[in-house]
Order: sequence, then C-alpha cells, then structure tokens
Amino acid sequence: MSATPVMTAEALQRHYEVSGGLLRKPNILKAVGGVDFALYPGKTLAVVGESGCGKSTLARLVTMIEEPTSGSLTLDGKPVVPSDWASLRKSVQIVFQDPYGSLNPRQRIGQILQEPLIINRPDISKEEREAKAREILSLVGLRPEHYDRYPHMFSGGQRQRVAIARALMLDPKVLVLDEPVSALDLSIQSSVLNLLVDLQEKMQLAYLFISHDLSVVRHVADEVIVMYLGRAVEKGSKEDLFGAPKHPYTNALLSATPQADPANKKRQIKLKGELPSPLAVPEGCPFAPRCWKTQDKCRAERPELGVTPHSAACFFPENAEA
Amino acid sequence: MSLLRIRNLSVDFATASGKFRAVDGVDQDVNTGEILAIVGESGSGKSVSMLAMMGLLPWTATVTADEMSFDGHDLLTIGKRERRRVVGKDLAMIFQEPMSSLNPCFTVGWQIKETLRVHLGLSRKACHARAVELFEQVGIPDPERRLSAFPHQMSGGMNQRVMIAMAIACKPKLLIADEPTTALDVTIQAQILDLLTSLRDDNGMGLVLITHDMGVVAETAERVSVQYAGQKIEEQPVLPLFQSPHHPYTAALLDALPERATEKHLPTIPGMVPGQFDRPAGCLFSPRCKFANSKCKAEQPAPQGPELGHARCFYPLNTDERIAS
Repeated sequence: MSATPVMTAEALQRHYEVSGGLLRKPNILKAVGGVDFALYPGKTLAVVGESGCGKSTLARLVTMIEEPTSGSLTLDGKPVVPSDWASLRKSVQIVFQDPYGSLNPRQRIGQILQEPLIINRPDISKEEREAKAREILSLVGLRPEHYDRYPHMFSGGQRQRVAIARALMLDPKVLVLDEPVSALDLSIQSSVLNLLVDLQEKMQLAYLFISHDLSVVRHVADEVIVMYLGRAVEKGSKEDLFGAPKHPYTNALLSATPQADPANKKRQIKLKGELPSPLAVPEGCPFAPRCWKTQDKCRAERPELGVTPHSAACFFPENAEA
Repeated sequence: MSLLRIRNLSVDFATASGKFRAVDGVDQDVNTGEILAIVGESGSGKSVSMLAMMGLLPWTATVTADEMSFDGHDLLTIGKRERRRVVGKDLAMIFQEPMSSLNPCFTVGWQIKETLRVHLGLSRKACHARAVELFEQVGIPDPERRLSAFPHQMSGGMNQRVMIAMAIACKPKLLIADEPTTALDVTIQAQILDLLTSLRDDNGMGLVLITHDMGVVAETAERVSVQYAGQKIEEQPVLPLFQSPHHPYTAALLDALPERATEKHLPTIPGMVPGQFDRPAGCLFSPRCKFANSKCKAEQPAPQGPELGHARCFYPLNTDERIAS
C-alpha cells in the first residue's frame, strides 16, 4: 500500500434519533458506530454484512448525502465538511441497487447522462456535454442508438450500465457501488462485473463495493470489511479474510453462503436467532448473544478492532495463529 | 406413480400486443419425499408453470396440457370447489415476497388459523394450540405473543417463517417454495433451508424449490430441472448436473458463477433471454450459444434421452464418456 489513499474515514459514526413516544425520551439508533477505512485508486474495498448492519448508511455518508454525527472523512487529503459538499460530490458518485427505480422513466438516456453535467458543470457547452454523454455510453458497452431511448426499453443489465455511465459522467475518483449486481440475473451479473473491472483498470477508480453476496465480493474485492450492527467486526485483505477468517461472525457468514458445488458437503455453523434490534445493541460484544464461543468477558466488555492489516474485534478469534 | 405428473404443459398470456407463450411444453414429475429444484433466470417461466398447476393464474392466461395430475386428482378438469379443498391442504406454496403475500389487515395468527379452520375444521382451542406448535417448529421465538402481531410488526425473515408455517400447517404432500430465501440474509437463508429439508425428512413431503441461486440448488436439491425462456432444457440429478452439464446454457450458466472464476474476467453469456417479439425459430438458446450452427437456428431440437439429461439440444456437451462405454 504505497499509494496515497484517495479517501479515508476515521471513526465515522452516524446516529439517528428515533422517537420513543410522545412523552418518552427519544432513543438513539447507532446506524454506523465507528468505522475506519481507506480507499486507494484502482482498488476495491468491499463492505459485507446482513441487512441492518449499516452498510447502506455508510454509503450515504461517503457520498455526502448525510452528514456524519462524528468522525472525519477526507477526500484527497482535504477534510470533507458540509460547506464544501457541493464541489466535493463530483469526485464521489454512486450506483444504486435497483436499476428500475434509479432511472427517471420520463427522461431519455441522453438526458439522464447529461443531467449531472448540467447541474455541476454549467460552464460546459451543450455540444461538449452531448459528446461526453455519447463517449461514456460507448464506454459502458451500450450502442449509440440507445442514446435517444427511454429506460423502459432496456433490460435490467443495460439499465445498470446506464446507471454506471451516469455515475462516470463527472469523472469521479471514488465510485460507491451499493449492491450493484444483486438485482440482476446470473448471466447478466457476470457481464456487469466484467464492465466494472474494466472501468476500474481504465480510469483507476476507487470502488467502495457494498454487498451481501460473499461469492461476488470474493471475486471483486481487494480489501474487505465485515460489518455487524454498525461496527466493523473484521477487516483484512481478501486472501486473509476468506482464507482464515478470525471473527466467529465472518466464519458463520462464510459457512452459511451456499456454494455451487454439490460434492462439497461442508460443516455448517448454525447461528441462532436474528440480528438484535439496533436500538438495543448488547452491552459487550454485539455478536455475543448469537455466538457459540461466548464467555463472560464477551458480555461485559466490547472488543475493539486491532490496527494490524488483518484484525477482528473479538477476544477469542478463530485461526489465531494464522 | 409419481405424486405430481405434468406432461406438455403450456401457458399462453393474452397481452395487448398478442399472444405470449410463457411456458412451452414442460414435463415435470415429482415423487414423494423428493427435492426437485427448478432453476432459471427471470422470465424463464419457472413460477408460472407452478402457478398454473395451482390454478392461481389470472384470466388472461390459457393453460393447456396433455396431463396434469396430483395425487389422484386431475388438475385439468378439477372443479373450483374441489380445487380449493386440495390447494392449501395437500398442495401448498410458499410465495416469494412475504411482505406482500401476507394480508396486512389481519394478525398473522388469524391468517394461519384460517387455514387450519377451513381445511381441518379444528376448534378454536385446537387451532390456537396447533398455530403455536407450528410457530415453534419454524423457529419463531415467543410464539404466543407473535400470533397477535401484524405482518408489518415483524421482520422479513419472520414473515417468511410465517408463510412457511402457513404452508405446512396441514402437512401438505407437496410443497412448492417459490424463491423462499431470496429476500433474506444468508444466515437466515441457511436456517430456512435447513427447516425445509428437515420437514421433508419428517413428513416425507415432496418439495419443489424454485430458485435462481445455484448455491442453494447445489446444497439442497436432489434433482434439478433447468428452464430457459419457458422450456425445460435439461434435467439431471444434482451431482452430474454440476459436474457434466449437457446443455450449453447450463454449462454457460455454471461458468458465469463468480466463485468458479479463475481470472479477473468472468465468462459471460452474450445477448439476453428472448422476449415476446424476438423468439427464434429454432433452438431458443441458439442466438446466444457459441456452438450454434444453421441447423440450430432453423429447427427446434427435441429433448434427448434421460442419459443425456433430456437436454433440448442437437449437440449436447459432455457425451464422450458415454459414447466410449
């Protein structure tokens, strides 16, 4: 990791106030409770976790849709503060999960692609804007005649390409991909993943890849963060994390992911119960109520994530020697 | 005799732009105590064929078949009353989206007790006891209290369990699970699949698992039927299907799995599933198939024999070892 990170986050937190009732004190919901990461050009950081673990909130913080409650975010070495958002947002773009909901059905593809330029770069002339839109359109593997069509004329995979093209219109440095392929069919999924790989190589983009699908993450990621109830419970390089997971939760997640190999019958770790409500996060280790290795220390104290490249927030990690 | 027997099932939808064939000549057998998986991409007709069997399609659909029978009932000629006695009792279905399949106006307890009351004619007390028992069986904590909850008060995983509890309430002989775990997290998914398998083991029911997740298929199913654009293109037991697929589509689909990838680039299938207007004359997969020749583009291939997985292909793959033997 000799390159300088394009974006760093330190102890990033986002809390929501949830009303407990008319006369009751409002509750604090810690959607993201302290996450650190660094994004490098041309590298992919994947964030995995179950629904409700705060991965989408993290995406909203990184794309400056929401302000962090505490913690700091830097982009290109400069701190990200709300007064600079308007100019900084150009460098961070997002692709959403649902390509059916994220494109305006009344706009033609050309119009959709030009919109970011109209808003953020009023200095660019109409001709240049159009040329740029057509250029990006071919970059994502769509044909020139698609320029004047409406979103409903496209399949899911093509729509996702349009959404990616729109995100690229402002030449961003960071692309946040919020479950970009989970709404797509298998045969389409692979071609969109290939496109993302190509674009990253060509434009040296830093990806923040948010997903719950571990087999996809295993394919695209360089670094992985596993989140549980708003906290990172394990981080590490893809090889380390998938090869020798340390946190019991990561281990459970890996073993629960179905593998497309009927000959390989593996021992499954069965997790009991569901994610606790984020309003009532357990005192000690948040994973303690579902963990099979829980001891008294886990319930009393909260383990912290270490500083080594591959570390887990656990007192009794698995694969400790590795 | 098999529990469910379908021969040459076709479903046509009358749309504003003409007739659309969603299911095209599908044969299917399910035996007691067997787990059959139907896989395919969206639009391949996997849900529609099962809905046709249940009689749940809207009036725009025309269902034709040579034979469609379930446990001695002829589903083609069955009357409405008679069907209502079978469907929901011996033949049950878990629908894809638990949030939109449950009635938001009634408590989940009321909804599950309705099934018990109508089909089994149990008393109030017996209904309640059985409902609690079912909730415990599917792993819903605190069942007494959860019975009086409304669907919106519970999580997706919990609602899916309620759907499963409703489907198995009358101990069905055949359970059709339409993407039962798509909306759920992997740890919950593993729990639900375990539950379904154990129900099969305990009650000896047949299970049809409709899914697009190859991982789920590999870990759960015993026999797999692959559908493409409304046709069944291949059927094999699960091990040989993953080891030696015979239809090029199955092979391409398996190659496209990220976990099988060896390089940064995944193998892809060019093009897309044919729609209403670009249905090819010959083999439906021919426009996307890398082995297709002029014969494939002109003629529809008939299914091969069982030794080649009933593959609808003129030139099935992985045939060498069989020719040699």
